[in-house]
Amino acid sequence: MSVDEARLRYVLRLGDNALVLGQRLSEYVTRAPELEEELANANFALDYVGQARLFYGYAAELEGAGRSEDDFAFLRDGHEFENLLLVEQPNGHFGDIVARQFLFESFYVLLLESLTRCRDERLAEIAARAVKEVRYHLRHASQWVIRLGDGTPESHARMQQSIEDLWPYTGEMFAADAVDEAFARDWGGPDLAALRPEWRRRVAAVAAEATLGLPEDGWMHEGGKRGRHTEHFGYLIAEMQFLQRAYPGMRW
Amino acid sequence: MSAKEWPLYEVFIRSRSGLSHRHVGSVHAADDRMALDHARDVYTRRNEGASIWVVRSSAIVASDPADAAELFDPAADKIYRHPTFYDIPEGVENL
Repeated sequence: MSVDEARLRYVLRLGDNALVLGQRLSEYVTRAPELEEELANANFALDYVGQARLFYGYAAELEGAGRSEDDFAFLRDGHEFENLLLVEQPNGHFGDIVARQFLFESFYVLLLESLTRCRDERLAEIAARAVKEVRYHLRHASQWVIRLGDGTPESHARMQQSIEDLWPYTGEMFAADAVDEAFARDWGGPDLAALRPEWRRRVAAVAAEATLGLPEDGWMHEGGKRGRHTEHFGYLIAEMQFLQRAYPGMRW
Repeated sequence: MSAKEWPLYEVFIRSRSGLSHRHVGSVHAADDRMALDHARDVYTRRNEGASIWVVRSSAIVASDPADAAELFDPAADKIYRHPTFYDIPEGVENL
């Protein structure tokens, strides 16, 4: 894999994570339990779609093949998306969303902070902008983990279950493949395995305050980075891409 | 909506350094930190804010509109309370 090819795939993956998570959060619009949470959720969804646009826009320039950000989002098939399996997991109930956001964003903040120091200046700038948004998302999610974990017996039990259900998807975040290694070597990108102890420490600190236990690291799902998705993903992109597939080039 | 509503908080936003906080509206929240987040999410989406205060609505002591006559009407004809009757002597630069 050439230096350029690895960098392109690395940037596309960042876009894929942001777009897929933004799409998931968009699905929850009009379904939040309170009006204020509704606005918060919609803000978060749009933050992620905005980040996806920045990553895809940059990827389009790197590729230089005439594809646009919209082409990456709406005209690629499922196996061409290389997002983490964690971000495509269905919304479930409110606690499931909180757990997914908390586990991913605890990692994503560390990833973006590291990317602000990489040698790809454009990517460092995008990361610097995105990390401000995600720090707030994480603060919001962390407070809900604490509130629900340290809440009623029912909210505690459900929050604990949500964390346990999603835990097997967390290993993939730190499993570097050839693309990650090439970007780390050639552009000063993050060493994913090295982020794991700090992620674990931060997650454990919030869990302790929430009176929640963290699961043992057992067998972990993986495959997202190779375009092998969970069954939920097909439904997600079918809905997301429907309009451009049914009416190619449609604008409004 | 939940059957039991969260408490109401009043939201005050300061838009720039040097200005004072202004009341902009209210949010429902289960606790103080949630109120601050909700205020941020609802009232500063369009770059309105540099600082946020939230306070439980129940902590605000308000005047009764029925008392308006005794509270405010007496000030209506005290024009001498407005500092507009002074001639400024010549040569005074800072007053």
